[in-house]
Amino acid sequence: MTGNRVISVRNLVKKFGSFTANDNLNFDVYEGEIFGFLGANGAGKTTALRILSGLSAPTSGEVMVAGYDATKESEMIKRNIGYMCQKFSLYEDLTVRENIMLYGGIYGMSRQLIREQEQKLLNRLNFNEFRNRVISDLPLGLRQKLAFSVALLHQPKIIFLDEPTGGVDPITRRQFWEMIYETASAGITIFVTTHYMDEAEYCDRVCIMNEGRIVALDTPENLKKQYNALNVEEVFIKIARPLKETV
Amino acid sequence: MRTILYLIRKEFIQIFRNRFISKAIFAVPIIQMLILVPAVTFEIRNIDLCIIDNDYSSESRRLINKLEGSAFFRITFTTWSENEANDLMHKNKCRVILNIPSGFGRELGSGRPASLIASVDAINASVAQLSWAYLNGVITDLNRENSSAAKGSLVQSPPPIIEMTNRYWYNEKLDYKYYMLPGILVILVTAIGFLLAGLNMVREKEIGTIEQINVTPVRKHQFIIAKMVPFLIIGLIDLALGLLIGKLTFNIPFEGSIMLLFLGATLFLIAVLGMALLVSTLSSTQQQFMFVAFFFVIVFILMSGIFTPFESMPVWAQKFDLVNPVAWLIRINRMVMLKGSGINDISTELIALAIIALLSTLFAVLRYRKTV
Repeated sequence: MTGNRVISVRNLVKKFGSFTANDNLNFDVYEGEIFGFLGANGAGKTTALRILSGLSAPTSGEVMVAGYDATKESEMIKRNIGYMCQKFSLYEDLTVRENIMLYGGIYGMSRQLIREQEQKLLNRLNFNEFRNRVISDLPLGLRQKLAFSVALLHQPKIIFLDEPTGGVDPITRRQFWEMIYETASAGITIFVTTHYMDEAEYCDRVCIMNEGRIVALDTPENLKKQYNALNVEEVFIKIARPLKETV
Repeated sequence: MRTILYLIRKEFIQIFRNRFISKAIFAVPIIQMLILVPAVTFEIRNIDLCIIDNDYSSESRRLINKLEGSAFFRITFTTWSENEANDLMHKNKCRVILNIPSGFGRELGSGRPASLIASVDAINASVAQLSWAYLNGVITDLNRENSSAAKGSLVQSPPPIIEMTNRYWYNEKLDYKYYMLPGILVILVTAIGFLLAGLNMVREKEIGTIEQINVTPVRKHQFIIAKMVPFLIIGLIDLALGLLIGKLTFNIPFEGSIMLLFLGATLFLIAVLGMALLVSTLSSTQQQFMFVAFFFVIVFILMSGIFTPFESMPVWAQKFDLVNPVAWLIRINRMVMLKGSGINDISTELIALAIIALLSTLFAVLRYRKTV
């Protein structure tokens, strides 16, 4: 892989009491990459993503994101990343504009810059007619696209997406992935978790997690070759099943 | 600073976009003032009295008329049967039974001491004591009349008596409204401060929007301050509204400085908001918050000295009140509004509130975690 390392994880362990959510994770993510985190519910994807974005502190291990240490400099990480979580996180009782204004303001953008970005964003999404509507009036697909765009408002180096397409129809999912590609081609690193196997095909590299451990990490093509599978879904089933049976 | 302003703006938009809350924050205090101030009174009037008149003499008649004429008693039953009277007391139909035994009039007429038996329902000790005192007052009156009527026939002059005159300070007419209103103003501000701000914070946790804030560079103190300021402003507006109603409706006296009152209320609100936000950082659902908040608010109000004199509470309770912001502000309000106390008179109270405000806000900021 070419380019700079923007995320590096060494021996990451996260425990909740006696439960180990992340068991000794090691991986790197490079600039401009679409890095997919794949796994069943409870595999530890979200836990890892929350640690990388500074929302959760690791129990042990070394985590560097955008050049900052997640244990000691989580607030510096937060300045340099965007984050969009599976639970819809814009303020539902604020309008589109008010949300944009709020998040722009929080990241210290000037009023002028917020206005410019807002206009660009609304044009890109074809959203001008919705600008004064409160979020709760918008259909879920539009909200997800908007949330993604708002998370990019302050031009972060890395964006973390936690199951961004959960509960969204196939057409919107498709459009959403087009937005992801566009963002990645602008040099922004995408870190995305999903449990839709077809989405894994769109990633540059995928990391498959099972019960807190990384069980495979490579490009979708290499994984398919290695496991002699037609698609990532088959890879996933081949990897996950024998593991389950040994338990 | 700009970040805080953006956050405060967001809070205000959210408060006023909520149709129910935006009306309730102004309607509740108005209704509270109009209902609570006249309703909560310690004045005891119209004590239901049952009389067992076994004498049926002109003397007993005179006693009954005297009692009837008093504003404190309402004779609801007259009977000859002690059992019936006891039964009435049992059913809460009367609070005091006055038994006039037969021979009451005869004894009085012959100049010998006569006796009465009063039974008082003492479930509420202070009502019982007051009823007894009022009854005693009427009897003393009657005794004095009797002795002055008998004076003509006596050669001896009556013994010299001590005359005492008094004046009630700060509330000459002993109007309970004047006493209660400054306290009720505090209860009103407490509800706004403690409940609304805390619930607001926990709601963000429940919906998940707080995650989105926690993943931004917003500093902890910025977020806490932005949660406090809107409710501080609303609380002060409610206080002004309450004072206005007090002036227009109950013509409450206002001897001191309004600025001083608002200074006290500001410190108080910061203290209460800090506590509420501290509790909300510790709770993860609105239900949990409400349960704990209810406990705090009830304890603070009942121990504040609004209903019971602070000085008659046990020492440990008075010690507890050192951290009870409601107790401090009620004292400030009463002193400033009724006595016209100045800043020097209430400096202890102000300093205490300032310390509570500082500590509770500090703890709320420290306890709020952006990274768990």
